[in-house]
Amino acid sequence: MNTLKTRKKILTQHAEAMIIRYTFGFFAFLAVLLLGLILVFLFREGLPLFKQISVADFLFGTAWYPTYTPPEYGIWPLIVGSLAVTFFACLIAVPLGLLSAVYIAEIAPARIKEILKSVIELLAGLPSVVLGFFGMVIVGPWLQETFDLPTGLNIMNASVMLAIMAIPTISSISEDALYAVPREFKEASYALGATRYETIIRVIIPAALSGISTAVILGMARAIGETMVVLMVAGGAAAIPESIFDAVRPMTASIAAEMGEAPFRSGHYHALFATGIVLFVITLAFNLIADYISNRFRETGSGTL
Amino acid sequence: MRKLFQQLILGGLCLTIGVGTAFAENIVIKGSTTVLPIAQVTLEAYMKANPGAKISLSGGGSGEGIKALIDGSTDIANSSREIKGAEVELAKSKGVAPKEIAVAIDAIVPIVNPKNRVKDLTIDELSQIYQGKITNWKEVGGEDLQIVVISRDSSSGTFEAWAEMVLNKAKVTPKVQLQASNGAIVQAISKNRYAIGYIGFGYINKTVKPLTVNGVAASAKTALSKEFPVSRHLYMYTNGEPKGETAKFIKFILSSDGQKLVAKEGFVPLPADKKGKK
Amino acid sequence: MNGNTFESSMRSRYFKQRLFFGAVRLSALVITLALLGILAYILANGFRAISWEFLTQPPTDSMTKGGIMPAIVGTLYLTVGAILVALPLGVVSAIFLTEYAKQGALSRIIRIGVNCLAGVPSVVFGLFGLGFFVVFLKFGSSILAGALTLGILILPTIIGAAEEALKAVPQTFREASLALGVSKWDTIFRIVLPSALPGILTGAILGVGRAAGETAPIMFTAAAFFTAVLPKSIFDEVMALPYHIYVLATAGTHIEETRPLQYGTVLVLIALVLGIDLIAIIMRSMMRRNKRW
Repeated sequence: MNTLKTRKKILTQHAEAMIIRYTFGFFAFLAVLLLGLILVFLFREGLPLFKQISVADFLFGTAWYPTYTPPEYGIWPLIVGSLAVTFFACLIAVPLGLLSAVYIAEIAPARIKEILKSVIELLAGLPSVVLGFFGMVIVGPWLQETFDLPTGLNIMNASVMLAIMAIPTISSISEDALYAVPREFKEASYALGATRYETIIRVIIPAALSGISTAVILGMARAIGETMVVLMVAGGAAAIPESIFDAVRPMTASIAAEMGEAPFRSGHYHALFATGIVLFVITLAFNLIADYISNRFRETGSGTL
Repeated sequence: MRKLFQQLILGGLCLTIGVGTAFAENIVIKGSTTVLPIAQVTLEAYMKANPGAKISLSGGGSGEGIKALIDGSTDIANSSREIKGAEVELAKSKGVAPKEIAVAIDAIVPIVNPKNRVKDLTIDELSQIYQGKITNWKEVGGEDLQIVVISRDSSSGTFEAWAEMVLNKAKVTPKVQLQASNGAIVQAISKNRYAIGYIGFGYINKTVKPLTVNGVAASAKTALSKEFPVSRHLYMYTNGEPKGETAKFIKFILSSDGQKLVAKEGFVPLPADKKGKK
Repeated sequence: MNGNTFESSMRSRYFKQRLFFGAVRLSALVITLALLGILAYILANGFRAISWEFLTQPPTDSMTKGGIMPAIVGTLYLTVGAILVALPLGVVSAIFLTEYAKQGALSRIIRIGVNCLAGVPSVVFGLFGLGFFVVFLKFGSSILAGALTLGILILPTIIGAAEEALKAVPQTFREASLALGVSKWDTIFRIVLPSALPGILTGAILGVGRAAGETAPIMFTAAAFFTAVLPKSIFDEVMALPYHIYVLATAGTHIEETRPLQYGTVLVLIALVLGIDLIAIIMRSMMRRNKRW
């Protein structure tokens, strides 16, 4: 009699646990489903474009005139614009981010470390529209006056503001990578008579290289995916730039600027979604590469000694 | 049981009517940034007179407004250009019948920085500048400086009107800098002595210098008489005849009080005989 | 052995070190100055615009006067909505990942999915929100569509923070509870979760800060330039602080005249977001100091 009750209790407990496990699992899987949904939607609304124009013409065409008759949907200038601002942003952000990570991880005294980490975290929290505003209203006119330029809204401006956004990403991930280097490496290096500088440059950084590469790649992904800053500050000219002081129109800015006016399911609408696909693929590639590197090269732990 | 049933139906009816009226009172307006100040100033006045009304206003460009009308996400589409044939077709295929209502007259005026020597340009010169064929101010009587061409992006009715009346549909040079609104162009030109742009007449202020076109200065008179070559009507489009709150609002804009506000914003009110004719 | 060579080489090695350390300190300084510079500039220019009226009145006279109250309220609605979506979903997902399916293909796929979701650009979220919530599900441009889009945007942040918090709960807690005969779910719900709560809360706060500052996702899904009255239902459009800044600075009708208000709005937004972030940072350091096991 008692065993019957206990057995029933155990069964219902089991059932309960199963239900909870599967429900939770479903909700956790929702993230993947959402990602898939985004992909499905992007492709659903973007692929119809390729009935009108070939993929090669779309990616490498140099004329972006979506509202003319006949419309032209070449996004090569947009892609170049995205790449240009990302490249120059990284030129600024990688040294600054990496050096500050080294500072935090190896050199700074404890209190300065805390302060600097908070500074970087606050910097990461700045909304992109604020940086875009700052770039447009303060940096732009300053650039224009100082260098006597036709316009202050250009690659240089966008790169500086994007760098500010990318530095926290690069810095914090590099910092984690530097921390993960086992102490034995450092101690061995000092024991051999190396200075702190030499240890950092020749032992620690190379050991953390995979983490640092991850940081740089994720920083690049952040820069190329950023919208508001480039929308307000990069100038908006859909042309291939010839100098760092030229205006460009990165893909994100183009989508944000034109999405509102493309009538539902028109050629322009499809073209914008197709641009979204290109953007998504590029950032996805960056993220997957970063993931792969960080997983594959995680062997720099004490286990390899 | 029957009584409960009746009560439920009555309650449901009241609720639907209540919710229905709540929805009916909400007017959504989207579209042209040229028409935006007119919409804003008239809706502020309208709301003072009708405290129950709920109006929400957005910019984005004439293209956005018309698209929103076709997609059913706005009641009124502000537009500074006429609706295109392709848009009418698209609307018909979705069961939307755009009704055009002229609310004001406007001139599109080319502007330069006050430090720029140039005072007048012909339509042809303007066209060549925007196509990128004339690239230096000295070619049109100014200093030896590179011309920075500023324009609106493609969602702008002002852009479309300019493209049609000045460029004759020729392609704008890809080096053109794009700004999102009339106000943004004013801002850009006022800070940049190399630049040229175009704005609606109502946006001219002391920080920029308007040019004459073919020798004609833009004014209420020359816009009305079409003597100023780049003049146009400003429109509000609705889905079919405007009804309810929307109709009341549009009637207000077309009334003499509304048109006074139009003039106050720097636009040209409709001549008395043309009101509501279109 | 020539003593001179050793000394000179030591000197040059330490010289290089000094250079490097100088460069390192310089970069830290540059970054700090960048942050302080931006904040100082915004504060200096925006301070004048802040007043009780600014915070509690709607804009008037084509936005050249009045306040930004509807934008503050709109941002509030959107962020609350986003958290209502992301927090339950995120915590449940994190619980699953840490308690139920630690290894194995399923959890790997989910983790990859979450990481990829974290990398999606904000404008692509806006596109998705427009195509799916606004048009396909016919929610229209509304608080609902905007909150859902923002919720998906911050979901990876919440999942990450919740996972960290749950992992930080010592295994001994779980083992002791199970040893006493408590069911797995009860263990999680009554022992693990409460211990992880501060960490989860910190993550939620950071998510709120992120959602409050985003513009691209709400541009086509919820935001309006001007709403005459406060929203009365979740199907209404709203004004929002980040969108307000963007619109005033680029598409407004009187850009120069509204400049002081733009600065003021930027100041309010920064104060809100950085304030939220500071609270989270402080909470986190308090937690670190209090942990005694």
